[in-house]
Amino acid sequence: MGDQLVFMLQLVITGVAVGGVYSLMALGFVLIFKASSVVNFGPGELVLFGAYVAWATILPMKMPLWLALPVTLGVAILLGLVIERGVLRPLIGEPIISVIMVTFGVASVIRGVLNMTWGSDTRPFPGLFSQEPFHLGPVPVSPVHLWSFVWVLVLLAAFSVFFKFSLTGTAMRATADNQQVAQSLGVSVKRVFALSWCIATVVSTLAGIILGSVRGGVDFSLADLGLKVFPVVILGGLESVAGAIIGGVLIGVLENLSGGYLDPIMGGGVKEVAPFVALVVILMLRPYGLFGKVQIERV
Amino acid sequence: MRCGGFRISYRSDERIFDTAVPVIAVVVLIVALGLAPRYATTYWLDVLNRIGIAIIGALGLNILVGYAGQISIGHAAFLAVGAYSTAILEANAGLPFYLALPLAALVTSGFGLVFGIPSLRLRGLYLAIATLAAHFITTYGIIHWESMTNGVLGLMVQPATVFGLPLDSDARVFYLIYALVVPATFFTRNLFRTKVGRAFIAIRDRDVAAGVMGVSLYRYKLLAFVISSFYAGVAGGLMAHHSRILFPDAFTLLVAIDYLAMVIIGGLGSILGSIFGAIFMTLLPEVLKLSATSLTGVYPNAFGLIASVRDIVFGLAVILFLMYEPQGLARIWLRVRSYWTLWPYAY
Repeated sequence: MGDQLVFMLQLVITGVAVGGVYSLMALGFVLIFKASSVVNFGPGELVLFGAYVAWATILPMKMPLWLALPVTLGVAILLGLVIERGVLRPLIGEPIISVIMVTFGVASVIRGVLNMTWGSDTRPFPGLFSQEPFHLGPVPVSPVHLWSFVWVLVLLAAFSVFFKFSLTGTAMRATADNQQVAQSLGVSVKRVFALSWCIATVVSTLAGIILGSVRGGVDFSLADLGLKVFPVVILGGLESVAGAIIGGVLIGVLENLSGGYLDPIMGGGVKEVAPFVALVVILMLRPYGLFGKVQIERV
Repeated sequence: MRCGGFRISYRSDERIFDTAVPVIAVVVLIVALGLAPRYATTYWLDVLNRIGIAIIGALGLNILVGYAGQISIGHAAFLAVGAYSTAILEANAGLPFYLALPLAALVTSGFGLVFGIPSLRLRGLYLAIATLAAHFITTYGIIHWESMTNGVLGLMVQPATVFGLPLDSDARVFYLIYALVVPATFFTRNLFRTKVGRAFIAIRDRDVAAGVMGVSLYRYKLLAFVISSFYAGVAGGLMAHHSRILFPDAFTLLVAIDYLAMVIIGGLGSILGSIFGAIFMTLLPEVLKLSATSLTGVYPNAFGLIASVRDIVFGLAVILFLMYEPQGLARIWLRVRSYWTLWPYAY
């Protein structure tokens, strides 16, 4: 096994692990879109919120882990409810640009509140997983990456099952398809919206916690990661949970491979821009992604 | 008292100013602008300059988003291209300012043409995401093409010279900026009296139907991007001369969101809306700074919190406007004006 192969495998494995976290963030996005056709243009801020609240409960407030995690998730659910009831419900039926702008507005408010409460310094995040790398063949893998990927798989499997087989999941899919018909069949659309936003915030919080432990610290740059959600959901398809998984891993691997191989040529920073170049290519060739529903335009 | 519109000729229908009052108002405004540098402090001249630049940028964005209905989050990228092109054309090609600025605006239009191509295949959400990608790719290009743009170290811009007079003070740049704002506004107003403007509005309302009726979607969607980025190029070039040093940091995604907010809070599809929105968004941080200074007695930490308060206030402004007045400040102004003209009647 040459060094070149080890290098590439390392990139691929890191990519898969990072991609797992992207998949998780994308899942939050897809859930909101699936249930309410609302696009959330501030996924980064939701992740940031989750990471900071988790940090705040674990470190300054010194809650034990078994209490801190549920409290964090509870706060996340509350945020989802507040956003949905306070901001998105009044805007049902408005043109899409209003909804896009309002999610930017919400993201801005979250960012401001976080900045005001906890400042913008980097906060060290407690390591929830051990730091010793173990070896997958010749390639060193950090257990944090492995654990995060495992957790991501578990969550994604749980959500796939939820959407496909449970009554609530089916109700959510029905609402996404056609709100009026779903309402006429007895689905409470308001509850579906609230539920979808709550799940989205919870999932973003989990992504934030995982990202925090992977990076060892929380700071405002986590929000920029949030925008990487877009290449993932476009690749996978805006309404597809399976697409979020596969898209996330693919984008993670693409990012790392292009960073690893193109950085020396292009002088750095390729990792940041490669997903967006891929995004443009995908939009031109296959805008609905791998698994998305094709939308038919009617005059 | 006017009641409704009674037109008996096409010419009267197309007039920009129906009565004498708006003409007088505009003349008074222009005279006031001309006298402003004499009476305003440097600080407020700087604010007025930034408002002027924002007006041009907001007009461009409103043409694209408000009138032609193409959602674009890439405006900051176009501003950046305009600013850096102006600076590079002046520094490297040695062009005088009055050639560099139009040429830079044309370069930006070319850019807009390229990044408008996705609009032929995508609409709404997908187009917004494509423009988001365009923004990041452009920013990457600017940061990493260091031989031309100096990357994150910043690019210095020499003051423009007009007829041998260097424009190196805020007052002189003020005249330059507003000498372009006034024609930009009139040009935009005129655009919507023409076939092109009507085509844009048709595309916004129902593009498939417009295509069926014979409006060439291909030509007019691209034209919308081209015109809008021309405005952005001009605004960017003026930014280069206003701040005299360019950093890639001045063109982040937040700037694009600020411009979108200007257009939405001001009023989509309204020229007055673009102007109001530009004024509102530029004055917002200034108002916050003023209140922070006055509150420093009570909250000594007030100044440090400005950034976060600004974010919160901005977000709340966007949310509240979209919830309660989706048609923006222009609509509020229209209501005030109708109340005034029609009193004591309700309509």
